[in-house]
Amino acid sequence: MEEMKTVETALQKDIEGISTIEELNNFKIKYLGKKGIITELSSQIKSIPNEEKKEFGQKINILKSTCNNFYEEKKKEIEEKLLNEKLSKESIDITLPATKIPMGSPNILEKIIEEIEELLMSMGYDVVDGPEVEEDRFNFELLNIPKGHPARDAQDTFYIEGEDILLRSQTSPVQARTMLEKKGMEPIRMICPGKTWRRDDDDATHSHQFMQIEGLLVDKEISLSDLKGTFDVIAKHLFGSTTTTRLRPSYYQFTEPSVELDISCFNCKGNGCPICKQTGWITVAGAGMVHPNVLRNCGYNPDVWSGFAFGFGAERLAMLKYGVKDVRTFYQTDLRCGKAFDRKEANND
Amino acid sequence: MISLEWVADYIDIKEEDLKELAIKITKAGINVEKVITNHIENLVIGEITKCISHPDSDHLHICTVKINETEETQIVCGASNVKEGIKVIVALPNAILPGGIEIKKSKIRGVESNGMICALFELGLEEKTEDNYNKGIYEVPFDAKIGMDAMKYLGQDSTVYELDVHKHRNNDCYYHIGFAYEIACILNKKVTLPKRSFDEIEESVENHFSLKVETDKCPFYLAKMVTDVKIKKSPEFIQKRLIAAGMRPINNVVDISNYVMLEFGQPLHFFDKDSLGKEIVVRDAKEEEHIITLDKKERILKSSDIVITDGEKPVCIAGVMGGLNTEVEENTKTILIESAIFDAVSIRNTASRLNLKSEASIRYGKGLNYEYTQMAIERACHLLEKYADAKILKGIVKYDAIEKEEKVVKFKADDINKMLGIIIDTKEMEKELNRLDFPYTLENDTFEVTIPKRRLDIDPNINDIAEEIGRLYGYHNLVSTLPKVPIKRGEYIGDVKYRKYISKRLRALGLNEIKTYSLVSTEMALMFQYEKKEKIYLPNPMSMDKSIMRTTLIPSLINTYLYNKARKTEDILLYEISKTYEKNYQEDTKISILLKGNYVTSTWNKNTLKVDFYVTKGIIEDILDSLGLQNRYEFQVKNIDGLHPKIAGAIVLDREEIGIIGRVHPNILKEEVYVAEISLPKLIKKIKPIKFKEAPKYPSIKKDAAFIVSKEVLSCDIETIIKKKGGRLLTKIDVFDVYEGENLKSNEKSIAFHLTFQDETRTLTEEEVMNIFNNIILGVENELHAKLRDK
Repeated sequence: MEEMKTVETALQKDIEGISTIEELNNFKIKYLGKKGIITELSSQIKSIPNEEKKEFGQKINILKSTCNNFYEEKKKEIEEKLLNEKLSKESIDITLPATKIPMGSPNILEKIIEEIEELLMSMGYDVVDGPEVEEDRFNFELLNIPKGHPARDAQDTFYIEGEDILLRSQTSPVQARTMLEKKGMEPIRMICPGKTWRRDDDDATHSHQFMQIEGLLVDKEISLSDLKGTFDVIAKHLFGSTTTTRLRPSYYQFTEPSVELDISCFNCKGNGCPICKQTGWITVAGAGMVHPNVLRNCGYNPDVWSGFAFGFGAERLAMLKYGVKDVRTFYQTDLRCGKAFDRKEANND
Repeated sequence: MISLEWVADYIDIKEEDLKELAIKITKAGINVEKVITNHIENLVIGEITKCISHPDSDHLHICTVKINETEETQIVCGASNVKEGIKVIVALPNAILPGGIEIKKSKIRGVESNGMICALFELGLEEKTEDNYNKGIYEVPFDAKIGMDAMKYLGQDSTVYELDVHKHRNNDCYYHIGFAYEIACILNKKVTLPKRSFDEIEESVENHFSLKVETDKCPFYLAKMVTDVKIKKSPEFIQKRLIAAGMRPINNVVDISNYVMLEFGQPLHFFDKDSLGKEIVVRDAKEEEHIITLDKKERILKSSDIVITDGEKPVCIAGVMGGLNTEVEENTKTILIESAIFDAVSIRNTASRLNLKSEASIRYGKGLNYEYTQMAIERACHLLEKYADAKILKGIVKYDAIEKEEKVVKFKADDINKMLGIIIDTKEMEKELNRLDFPYTLENDTFEVTIPKRRLDIDPNINDIAEEIGRLYGYHNLVSTLPKVPIKRGEYIGDVKYRKYISKRLRALGLNEIKTYSLVSTEMALMFQYEKKEKIYLPNPMSMDKSIMRTTLIPSLINTYLYNKARKTEDILLYEISKTYEKNYQEDTKISILLKGNYVTSTWNKNTLKVDFYVTKGIIEDILDSLGLQNRYEFQVKNIDGLHPKIAGAIVLDREEIGIIGRVHPNILKEEVYVAEISLPKLIKKIKPIKFKEAPKYPSIKKDAAFIVSKEVLSCDIETIIKKKGGRLLTKIDVFDVYEGENLKSNEKSIAFHLTFQDETRTLTEEEVMNIFNNIILGVENELHAKLRDK
């Protein structure tokens, strides 16, 4: 039992002196190894009187578990310290510049078009495409603009072959094509964003090539109020939920009644500013109820079917929404500016 | 220009605030662009009492002008028609003329000048044209009182509306009676037409001339004859009103013809009957026929023009301009009044070809209402009797082949409601129709409306009626509803779906989308002619740099590249997806990319990835793979127009060439720029639906082999043999090393491959794989004179 006391004292002393993993391992061997001090000690149990055996055994167990516990805790402690030392040597300067993974940006016009497509597809409109080199029949005649009609003069058209083949001056021929394809039998909801051409000299506000976003809905019992409601949704989506809209009488050959679609000025909220020319309103689209002649020309019976059509100018929308001043910006991409569009649009309002 | 003072003759607007009325009219669809109330301070009537030449000028005059009962002032004037003894309009110091011109005392070539003697265009009462400039200062009738407010004297202190009207209404809203009807429906009042009564003398017009119409471009022709006409100044109100409408008074006869035109919208033509002879023949002009028009210019006609002739020679280009030979002059006594309708398209074409767009030709060109053709001639007789002492001959000469069928629309109130999304009952509908002054009958709730002839723009259909009702109801009063249609999600139809997908994928790969013009210059059109397609040349291009429709997008991408390079942007990654065109009007859609500079940039730690052929190829492969086309395409060495002779190839999918790839030829761009272009439709037709494939259940075995081959041998040549010899069990081939240099001959290179063998149904044995592997090595060695490189 005397020996036990000595061991306890030595153990306590050894424990205090250990700081490396080697020392710790040596310690473990010294006390718990096959010839270790505690192992040796426990073999003496045979020579202990029976009445003391129990106490002796308990003390040996305590010694063993003290050693083991110490070993595990110290091992963890030392390893952690070593890891921390190692990691601290691996420090980098995270403020140095990144390795630049390229990010692509959309063309600004496409961005506006995609926003409208996304919205209108959710409202059931298909997105369709049509020829850009078009026949007179689709571009004009079926749309209630016969040969010799003064409305043709206003759309100074690029003719390619006589008066029969032309570069489409509007996206409306896609309406005619779609209606003819459906043969007057099915309802239609579609938009057809695309390129159009007119003989304009290019300057800050004119472009011989431009993009229209045209929409058509043909169904039964469709009203001008439905057009207003649809326009409300589009206007709020593009210009914020506080936007209000108004319809003004207008004239287009292929719609009757025809209207112009105005939004409340997003800049001054209707108080008057240079963007809205002090009126509080900005015209963003032309629209109307599909003219009965157009329905008839394209195989839809106007006594049964009715519908509305609308057309936005992508350039105008983009100029308004993003504050672009020169229409040529869209067709001569300067990456220093265009890059700003490789991001998600902010939430409206 | 619509004078409200004039309109007030036909409708009661005494009580109206004319600015508010303008807003109401605009809301209902006729855009009143400007409400002009002309008042100019310090603008008076003056009399030139003395006029002498300026000593230092060959055209200036020094005038002494009496400007009120007691005062005279000195003004230097440059007009050619200035002379002593006439009354004129004088702008005194501090007067501010339209355009913000402020009149000040000044010295002109050393002579004091205390104001300005004005022309009408300087007061904004006439357009500023060369013609009006040449007319010089405006001579006021001598009865005008000196010192009087000049605008008041001219009758110009009243309100004038300047209209910007949509095409369909620029017919009836550009004459005063038509505009009165528009106001009438807005204010719910009635229009009173002006007096048209006159006495006729015993003598009948039929004794004096006959009429023949030999063209179908003149459906309606009326002529009356008046005699004993006394040409003089018009009464003041006519002069004032013409000025307000932007026309210069000339004499009573000419003024009356203009006045009636501005009332009824019907142009009239007055012939000097004595110069005309006994016959009028309206016919198509003969090719190369000549006429000298009122402006003393000789005009050469075409057979598409319409002429009025005296049976032999033309005396008038119908609807466009009269002939000098029958002009009404100061001593004219007998007048033939023409009131007619001519084919609108023909008039438009003639007027624009001869560059003779006049108030009359514009109106003929828009079409006319035959009821007013008749009323206008009566009104002219009334005014000529009253203000030119004319005696009117009995009867009228008439040719009448005009379509007179009434335009009738049948509908119920509910049809209109459905179209507009409003609720107005039959009673209210009646009110609306009454406001519009559209005659109707009502039976069992069904309206039968007859559209008035003055509204040429309205076609007999429900939509047109709905528009009229709607604009009076007020579009601002419509409530928003959504169409009652089934819920569905829209789709991208056809090619659009893939165009959108590829576009987004290219953006995700770091490329920037651009949009460029489809019309290109000859120089651009001749670049990258790899497809050898016939091009569309515009017959009438606006300029040579936009004269040809492009067959490839690459030159446009290069333009954008150069634009950005000039602006010091270094890393330029571009794409465009657009149509290209060929002679037979076939359209193709091309996906084109251009890469230059760094793809991945790291400024300081050497991780930069420069754009090269293989990055470009990687982007193309990503697009193809993302469409499920793996293992179906290859890149074949090929000479491509515009590309580097050794760094270029064709992209081949299922043995069909779908595009090109390579470095731009250094002749075109010295720097290393890579491009690729693919035809979208060719790609789309190869895309198949996705099918699930089980992951392999049995382990694979990998073998490596490095071959030393001659430098001309292509990697794909080796692969072809490996594939052929490897057979079904060889599932993957990867190049992992390409080496040239030490230990190899100068014309040799080594290419090393990882080969993966696998079977879907069982575990392969080392032995069978070794057999195949050895076969592959043998094959490559034999067919390409290759050597297996020692490990």
